[in-house]
Amino acid sequence: MGYLRIRKLGKAYKRYPRKWGRLAEWMGLGVHHNLTWILRDVSFDVAAGEAVGIVGANGAGKSTLLKLITGTVRPTTGSFDVGGRIAALLELGIGFHQEFTGRQNVYMSGHILGIPGTQIALLMDEIESFAEIGEYIDQPVRTYSTGMQVRLAFSVATAVRPDILLVDEALSVGDTYFQHKSFDRIRQFRDQGTTLFFVSHSPAAIKTLCDRAILLDHGVVVRDDIPDAVLDYYNALIAAQRTEYEIWQSARAPGRTVTRSGTAEATIEGIELLSQGQASRALRTGDQAVIRVAVAAHAPVPTLTAGILIRDRLGNDVFGTNTFHLGASRSGLAPEEALMVEFSFTSLDLGAGSYSVTAALHSGDEHTQANFDWWDRALVFEVLPGNAPVSIGVCALDVSASWRTRVSGVTVPVPQCP
Amino acid sequence: MLRECWDFRGFILASVRRDFVSRYLGTSLGFFWAVAQPLTMILIYTLVLAEIMKPALPGHASRFAYSVYLCSGIILWQLFSDLLARSVGIFVHNAALLKKANLPKLAFPIIVALSGLSNFGVILVLFLGFMVVIGSFPAGSVFAMIPVVFLVVGFALGLGVLLGTVNVFYRDIEQSTSMVLQFWFWLTPIVYPGRALPGFAAHLLEWNPMWPIVNFAQTIFLEDRVPDWSTLLYPAVVAMIFLALGLVAFRRLSGEIVDEL
Repeated sequence: MGYLRIRKLGKAYKRYPRKWGRLAEWMGLGVHHNLTWILRDVSFDVAAGEAVGIVGANGAGKSTLLKLITGTVRPTTGSFDVGGRIAALLELGIGFHQEFTGRQNVYMSGHILGIPGTQIALLMDEIESFAEIGEYIDQPVRTYSTGMQVRLAFSVATAVRPDILLVDEALSVGDTYFQHKSFDRIRQFRDQGTTLFFVSHSPAAIKTLCDRAILLDHGVVVRDDIPDAVLDYYNALIAAQRTEYEIWQSARAPGRTVTRSGTAEATIEGIELLSQGQASRALRTGDQAVIRVAVAAHAPVPTLTAGILIRDRLGNDVFGTNTFHLGASRSGLAPEEALMVEFSFTSLDLGAGSYSVTAALHSGDEHTQANFDWWDRALVFEVLPGNAPVSIGVCALDVSASWRTRVSGVTVPVPQCP
Repeated sequence: MLRECWDFRGFILASVRRDFVSRYLGTSLGFFWAVAQPLTMILIYTLVLAEIMKPALPGHASRFAYSVYLCSGIILWQLFSDLLARSVGIFVHNAALLKKANLPKLAFPIIVALSGLSNFGVILVLFLGFMVVIGSFPAGSVFAMIPVVFLVVGFALGLGVLLGTVNVFYRDIEQSTSMVLQFWFWLTPIVYPGRALPGFAAHLLEWNPMWPIVNFAQTIFLEDRVPDWSTLLYPAVVAMIFLALGLVAFRRLSGEIVDEL
């Protein structure tokens, strides 16, 4: 019970370049399609009670793999063998009808999941209390908030402990409280012996829940190992891809995909990130680094300040400064004068992740005074985990930890939970 | 395949019930609307056409002759067109379910059939009630309606599943269905008597498998006699052919249906 055997599983979709190709094929007039492979030769075993996380970029074939195992999509090649009842949290609330009450929809969802009505009746109280929607259970679903619908759907989907549970990002549902609650339920299932098959973009979720992770890339199993090893490899893989992409993008169309604004008495001609003297788009936490900004004046500029701002992937400011604050402003620029300013970091202590650099030219201490040029996301770079101990977050603080015996009488105050 | 459907009988029955209830959910008159629509149509045709058509139905003196003629044809046609129109969109409209849940695909035509039959049942009961009221209930021949209804369901589902499968890949099918059904309706002697047609049209009509079916029902209700069973042979063969074609198309393409949706 609960095992999963996947053998050389492959899925290809037929593409018909011409509209009537399919019809011609039905008529027996040769082959008119080519195959687009989504998954190829995927083989692995999952033992009963194991928790396996699946990671991979969008389009790597994760969802297709889940759909194949659920049985909604038919494999093109290979086979698989499933021991026991599968429940899939692929999409919550399939088959919910807006006009019917929560209770009626619970029955319907149960039928879709293959749970007989009599059994649902027995589970009803449990489902109701887990969803915590109170009186609303007898109201039409259209009056529910999204969170309530999702809570009810999750409660039904997990009302009966399956032998194998497939989860596709479904945990990011509801508010934080319910997220914890649903996470707990999945953990409970795992502890009771349910085999867990878990697709997620959240490394934290995979690390805490899974004993093993599988990395899919372009439909192929790239790594199958303990979660830490696989996630590190995955991060490096993304970094490599993004770096290449950014270089290509800026080479093809400089400044096209970013916002620039300013009066243009002086302009930014280019921006570079140098690591060990070499132009680079990827460096390691703690590396020495230089951000070099090339500047050209087009009119007499009495005072000039150059500034940089490092932002994280989400656009949050991480670090910013300018030559005014660093005591290095330039004054008296003549037209057509070309200059270069370098911001040198002896150790760039950023956490692993993707960052952008915004550069600006203005006079005075702020760009609000006279803004010559402002170039958003002029440069994108990756920081890979260095040799420092593993940490999360945008900054890599220098930290150490040590243990000592606690002398009796010395207490550390513990905050009380309300 | 059938075994799987049996395992999901709960789903099938719940879907049929939901289908029936959801149409009238939120309306205050509820069930009334199920009846009002066909009733209005019959009323309009009767009021407008009964007098004109009287000479076309010689030998039937009853005031209600035309109404009976019209109703017996129209209720069968309604069943047919309802089933056909719904089964053409069957896979496309249930895309979300088919993609996300592992349900036997054959459950959907079954739902359509049961759901169509339940609507038909309501209207049939009303019509039979009307026949009792006007005192011409065809007690001796009404049982012959049972195979006729099965025939209509088989024909509509066979054709519907065939077109429904193709419709997944070429959505034009669904667009054209309602148009074709309109033509088909007027090319079947339901509103007018079959004799009213000119010669060339009458020849064309012989190919229409719905004519013998409709004609069979009209004879039952109008004359209270069971017509010659052999007239149903042609429609039965056509229905079998389409059922077989539909099943073949479905079996060969059912894997690709989900891929394409």
